[in-house]
Amino acid sequence: MTQRHIFARAAVIAALLLVRSTSADVLPDDRADVFYSKYSGGGMDITGYSATARAKITENFAVEANYFIDKVSGASIDVLSQASVIKDERRQKSGTIEYLRDKTTYTASYTSSVERDYISDTASFGLSQDMFGDLTTVTLGFSESHNTVGENNGTANDPNVAWIGHAISRAYSGGVSQILTKNFIAGVNLQVITDAGYLANPYRSIRYLDPSNPKGYSLGDQVYPDTHTSTAVQVQGKYYLPYRAAVTALYRYYNDTWGMVGNTYELDYTHPIRNRWIFEGRVRYYKQNAASFYSDLFPYADSQNFVARDQNLAAQDNTTVGGKVTYAFLPDGWKIFKRGTVTFDVSRIRFNYLDFRNIKYYGVPQYTPGTEPLYNFNANVFQVFLSVYF
Amino acid sequence: MLSTSTLLKRCAMAAIVVASTAFAAGGDASGPAPAFTLTTLAGQPSGLSAYKGQVVMVNFWATWCGPCQQEMPLLDQMYKKYKPAGFTLIGVNVDKEAPAVKELLTRKPVSFPVLLDPANQVSKAYHVDEMPSSVIIDRKGQIRYIHRGYKPGDENDYQDRIRQLIRE
Amino acid sequence: MRCRQMLLSGTVLGALVLSSGCSIQPWVKPYERDRLADPIMAWDRDAISSAYLDHIRESREGSRGATGGAGGGCGCN
Repeated sequence: MTQRHIFARAAVIAALLLVRSTSADVLPDDRADVFYSKYSGGGMDITGYSATARAKITENFAVEANYFIDKVSGASIDVLSQASVIKDERRQKSGTIEYLRDKTTYTASYTSSVERDYISDTASFGLSQDMFGDLTTVTLGFSESHNTVGENNGTANDPNVAWIGHAISRAYSGGVSQILTKNFIAGVNLQVITDAGYLANPYRSIRYLDPSNPKGYSLGDQVYPDTHTSTAVQVQGKYYLPYRAAVTALYRYYNDTWGMVGNTYELDYTHPIRNRWIFEGRVRYYKQNAASFYSDLFPYADSQNFVARDQNLAAQDNTTVGGKVTYAFLPDGWKIFKRGTVTFDVSRIRFNYLDFRNIKYYGVPQYTPGTEPLYNFNANVFQVFLSVYF
Repeated sequence: MLSTSTLLKRCAMAAIVVASTAFAAGGDASGPAPAFTLTTLAGQPSGLSAYKGQVVMVNFWATWCGPCQQEMPLLDQMYKKYKPAGFTLIGVNVDKEAPAVKELLTRKPVSFPVLLDPANQVSKAYHVDEMPSSVIIDRKGQIRYIHRGYKPGDENDYQDRIRQLIRE
Repeated sequence: MRCRQMLLSGTVLGALVLSSGCSIQPWVKPYERDRLADPIMAWDRDAISSAYLDHIRESREGSRGATGGAGGGCGCN
């Protein structure tokens, strides 16, 4: 159940993000995709199914709809009171409209995500403006999300959900993309996100040293601030190699009012073979420090105003190595289809926590509380999707 | 120093003036059409001089340009319709490599002459600042109209202009 | 106050210059965009896949935001 909340909240954030890949000269081709994904790692298995379709109603007006289902199963690694087996499902629907006028594209979208113990609704607006001989594109965006957080006090098969809080998230974004040469495009994005309300994960607890407890520690409730503001800046560049390939590099800097600083580095290489195949490889490294009120083990109860032991706030790094292959089974179209492709994408991610300890070793005699080995695990992400263009 | 609100008002007015002079899809133009000689896909030389005395539309296009592909069949129809009246359409292709052009024209052939401008000399001479661009030249060799970009329905605009120049 | 006014007028002036293109001409011509129009030069060929990967990362990492890209392409119309 714990992981679910985080996944749901992440989906909300994803919905808040900058409008992906826009170019304000013509609206993109009509397209439909069916998508399957599987994430396994840290004792969790999450299967996702999705269908998306977009179509131009007129030359200047397009609509897009997406439906996504996430199914989770697995043992929750970080709920200590009971090692409960989770089975849960999240459904997400979203609709987007795009309007192109001269060199400006206006976008509006709405996303709704529902699961047993978390409901989220997001509305987003974006604007993309081409200028300076179509060499420069400026984007602006605003998004607002209303979330209702619940806690399941029953079991997976016999739930009993209590609604415990609300949160509102607002994201403000801006970006500039600039064509520098015939071969090189660069961009910078800025996004400020503010959240207010109930911001904690109800399934996580803190632990503190407690000599009166035979285990040496006791559990307690997390106490989170009721506001959070973050700023992220990403710079990226994409370069065309003369033999027809592309290399992308990006760096993102993140910091927030909870004391976290995160740095992301990514390098991608794309290599096509004529009109049929596109191969892509990626390497990504991420590192963050812990939030100021995070600790894996507090010295005693009520030691601080704000206390958290949520892994997301822990000092950590992760490394991803991934690859993607796209095969065009319809490279030049057939009847109403302009193109048809099938894509496989695999990623392997190594997660390392620098100050979050492995629950598996809690209570093991040779490890006193606070000396258990640090937690780390590998995750595999697999995606396959079929895309047709009209 | 001006107050912030006055400054903002003046900047906003200036921005509106600039924005309102933004990009029209087509405009009357003038001046002699620069002469050029390019090669066809078959390697034969040809140029504007071959069509002296006719109304000529020079259409700049590329295999990688979506709106260009959209208008090609309509340009072909227009060419066939007005050719007997003394009209010619020259497709100047700006691709850097010929194979892609050959491949596209084999799959989707057109009947109007296609000339290759891989060094972009003619594009520069005609100050092409949008893809696709169509330059309409009268019987005397003067540029009369430049149409930038293509949106469905623009072919009606082309036909109006061509008919007007044919009658001259 | 003066500093803010100067920053504001500087930004607006810069935007006006860019939008009117008065002093600098675009240095990549529309007929030179063949490489930029190549699908491999799109920031994001498959939004559904990138959104999913972002979703996975944000479910584990504390960071969020500023992903995605815009612009480039053929610049047609």
